[in-house]
Amino acid sequence: MVENDRWGIFLAHLILIVGVAIVVFPVYVALIASTHAPGTFLQGVMPLLPGSHAIENYSTVIFEGRSNAGAPPIGLMLWNSFVMAMMIAVGKIAISLLSAFAIVYFRFRFRIFFFWIIFITLMLPVEVRIVPTYQVVANLGMLNSYWGLSIPLIASATATFLFRQFFMTVPEEMLEAARVDGAGPLKFFKDILLPLSVTNIAAMFVIMFIYGWNQYLWPLLVTNDEAYYTVVMGIQRMVTGADSEPLWHLVMATVVLAALPPILVILFMQRLFVKGLTETEK
Amino acid sequence: MQTKRMTFTNNRWLPYLLLAPQVTITLIFFVWPASQALWQSMLRQDPFGLRTTFVWFRNFERLFADPHYLVSMKTTLIFSVSTTLLAMSVSLLFAVMVNRMIRSRDAYTTFLVWPYAVAPAVAGVLWWFIFNPSVGILPYMLRGIGIEWNHRLESSHAMILVVIAAAWKQISYNFLFFLAGLQSIPQSLIEAAAIDGASRSKRFWTIVFPLLSPTTFFLMVVNIVYAMFDTFGVIHATTAGGPAQATNILVYKVYRDGFIGNNLGSSAAQSVVLMGIVIVLTVVQFRWIERRVNY
Amino acid sequence: MARIVLDGLSKVYPGGVQAVSDVSLDIADGEMIVLVGPSGCGKSTLLRMVAGLETITGGTLTIGDRVVNGLEPAQRDIAMVFQNYALYPHMTVYNNLAYGLRNQGVDKAEIERRVQEAASMLQIGEYLDRKPRNLSGGQRQRVAMGRALVREPAAFLFDEPLSNLDAKLRVQMRVEIRQLQKRLKTTSLYVTHDQLEALTMADRLVVLNGGRIEQVGTPMELYSKPATVFVAGFIGSPAMNLIDMAYLRDSGIAPQALPSGTDLIGVRPDELLLTAPAEPHLALNGTVALLEPAGAESHIYVTLGGSDQPITVRIAGLPQVTEGAPITLYAALDGLHPFNSASGRRTG
Ligand SMILES: Nc1ncnc2c1ncn2[C@@H]1O[C@H](COP(=O)(O)OP(=O)(O)OP(=O)(O)O)[C@@H](O)[C@H]1O
Ligand SMILES: [Mg+2]
Repeated sequence: MVENDRWGIFLAHLILIVGVAIVVFPVYVALIASTHAPGTFLQGVMPLLPGSHAIENYSTVIFEGRSNAGAPPIGLMLWNSFVMAMMIAVGKIAISLLSAFAIVYFRFRFRIFFFWIIFITLMLPVEVRIVPTYQVVANLGMLNSYWGLSIPLIASATATFLFRQFFMTVPEEMLEAARVDGAGPLKFFKDILLPLSVTNIAAMFVIMFIYGWNQYLWPLLVTNDEAYYTVVMGIQRMVTGADSEPLWHLVMATVVLAALPPILVILFMQRLFVKGLTETEK
Repeated sequence: MQTKRMTFTNNRWLPYLLLAPQVTITLIFFVWPASQALWQSMLRQDPFGLRTTFVWFRNFERLFADPHYLVSMKTTLIFSVSTTLLAMSVSLLFAVMVNRMIRSRDAYTTFLVWPYAVAPAVAGVLWWFIFNPSVGILPYMLRGIGIEWNHRLESSHAMILVVIAAAWKQISYNFLFFLAGLQSIPQSLIEAAAIDGASRSKRFWTIVFPLLSPTTFFLMVVNIVYAMFDTFGVIHATTAGGPAQATNILVYKVYRDGFIGNNLGSSAAQSVVLMGIVIVLTVVQFRWIERRVNY
Repeated sequence: MARIVLDGLSKVYPGGVQAVSDVSLDIADGEMIVLVGPSGCGKSTLLRMVAGLETITGGTLTIGDRVVNGLEPAQRDIAMVFQNYALYPHMTVYNNLAYGLRNQGVDKAEIERRVQEAASMLQIGEYLDRKPRNLSGGQRQRVAMGRALVREPAAFLFDEPLSNLDAKLRVQMRVEIRQLQKRLKTTSLYVTHDQLEALTMADRLVVLNGGRIEQVGTPMELYSKPATVFVAGFIGSPAMNLIDMAYLRDSGIAPQALPSGTDLIGVRPDELLLTAPAEPHLALNGTVALLEPAGAESHIYVTLGGSDQPITVRIAGLPQVTEGAPITLYAALDGLHPFNSASGRRTG
């Protein structure tokens, strides 16, 4: 629209710049705090400009930790978070692709029933059935293991829906041509359907990786062995684990490290991320 | 529910095999625990855990007579509504502004989407630090205007803290959906209104906002679900429900009563109530999705 | 190369729709059969039953000397060209052609030979490394053809393969497909909406209506001697004029000596003349409603006097008639098509 509204545009920029500043502010503060020496925080309000202890602080949290402050080294925790996020993302995508394939490309008894069973998972987040789920995992001997961290979370109604929607848009003739070409179900899945789904798979991966990385309550429940702590839950231990005021410079270095991987994933795959996010809700 | 026009035949077991992983996991980790919760919600253990009796709905009766639970419900309501309102209004403002931009749209979007990646617990810790009475920046500034900030003692301060932390993380999500919604509004409608002489703000409230209402409604449900269930980390990592239960929302209370208080019957009953709420919200949301898919 | 025999084929869809009823047809080896009929008459269904993409709910289907009712499409030794081509979007043209052969376990050298041969026949050699989305509509059409060719099947099945092309390209591809089919002598079943395609390509034409065969025959047979009112109205453009005998009798011009039971007379628009012929004829009086010049020929729309029945006339060149003026049309008696309206069939 041709409209001469310079003030309006200026105001919009102003609002957005202030808005972005507020949105970015907490992470900026964390970055700054993670570069200061411990003493800084004893002298009152924290400074807003970087200090000089960045390398020292980060190497402390990654390699040494401060066991007296309830903080084991977070190198291992980062690794655990990564393993958990990968297992959840890959697992969710794999089993959802298979079930969406079954639901769309086959007619069989109890199809609707199975569909509803899967749909139920959408209705029952872990948070509302904490105790019994914990009991099941404990009975299966899955506490303190990567399996226990990931498997109970990989059933996914969301991803199944996304792939179902996508498969429904694949032209009917694709299957017909493949059958004339002599492809059976598994061959069709592998040669035609999977290659056609790569973008959707990648988009789903971004969403699910972040979902897995950011799990909090679940690792809190199923791990009590430091070897399996994840970094997001580890922060909480640093904050409330010590009796005294937390060691803010180390806490914030950990916060930065915990937040960085998923943020990088979003920034580098923004297009896929937006696609994944908005399409799953259709 | 449809399938393809032509489906694979002659494969009697294959579809079941393909569904097996998903269905097995769902049954073991979702359906079974949920029915356990249902069962346990009707049991009561004696104080030493020696005897269990079946008490029908007594746990629920007790629950709804328990002032702590009722307070927690009210807290949850205040928390969810405030978080939803704050997150949605701020992101709508951002989306409307960004939608006016042409060249800078992507740049602003990039700056606004990444908080989605921050875990709720991390978001909580970040704001907890900023609001820290001794080293935080905001209390320092608030002191300047005569407010003595202390979320460790002041209930309202604690509530404001967790609402801000929870809403901050949700801005990205709402922003992206609002922006997509705005972009799907036909430009010609807005132009027609402009030709009819409607001012910019009038155009927004009479054309854009009503056309955006499906998105708004959808986001409202999503935000309430988020605030009620996904914010466990925000609470647990910061206020731990305090001070004096002021931020003890329902999901946090289930956890506390079940794991720390070890009151299984009550915790299970609370789980059942929460499941009921989720199911209602999901059905509402599903209705909406169906409507949108079928146009 | 194979003979295909359809013996009493029927299809009832799971919902209960009877799409094809009792269709019998004997297709000779190397013959090009074209299926036409109005939308929804079951053409695609019949073709897909032959392909094995729809189950056959009644009758038997023989390709070559095998009954193939229960066989998978890939085992029937047929190839199909789809309306929207159905090329695999993520594979190169080469792989699109080779995919079926790989699934059959054909060895690499042989695949290479057949793909190159098909590619040169269809002049798509230079696109072999491209993905389908980087091809024009006509090129995609050729690739779809190529995918059928490389299999060297017993039969080609085409479902409106040219309907997504523009008019000019359609004519060109029509000619190419027909030439190719004649050269390869592969039995073909071809579904189309397009009259001209049907008349020009077919060895024999099958007109379907409501899932049943109305008439089978060479294009000329169907054109000059339509067996039913439906075929008469369907084949030929503009459509045949149908005049009620009651009107002719009332006007006192009903011809004598028509076969018994005739109550409907068909006249093709190009069998109507503006000057009286020497042989016995029918003379119809009316008014010119509209003159439509169309290049080499013209169409005159005439309203018959004492009725509101519209009649179409096709005349070469541009005739000297005035809209609104009276006109007399002449039709030779032996060019008339007599029908019975109750049975819908030709009476003689
Ligand atoms: N999968 C199906 N289930 C039920 N009925 C169907 C199905 N496919 C087609 N039909 C019905 O069968 C009849 C024949 O359909 P078909 O597709 O064979 O028609 P067609 O002659 O190819 O039409 P067109 O010229 O429009 O392509 C139609 O009435 C159609 O509605
Ligand atoms: Mg058809």
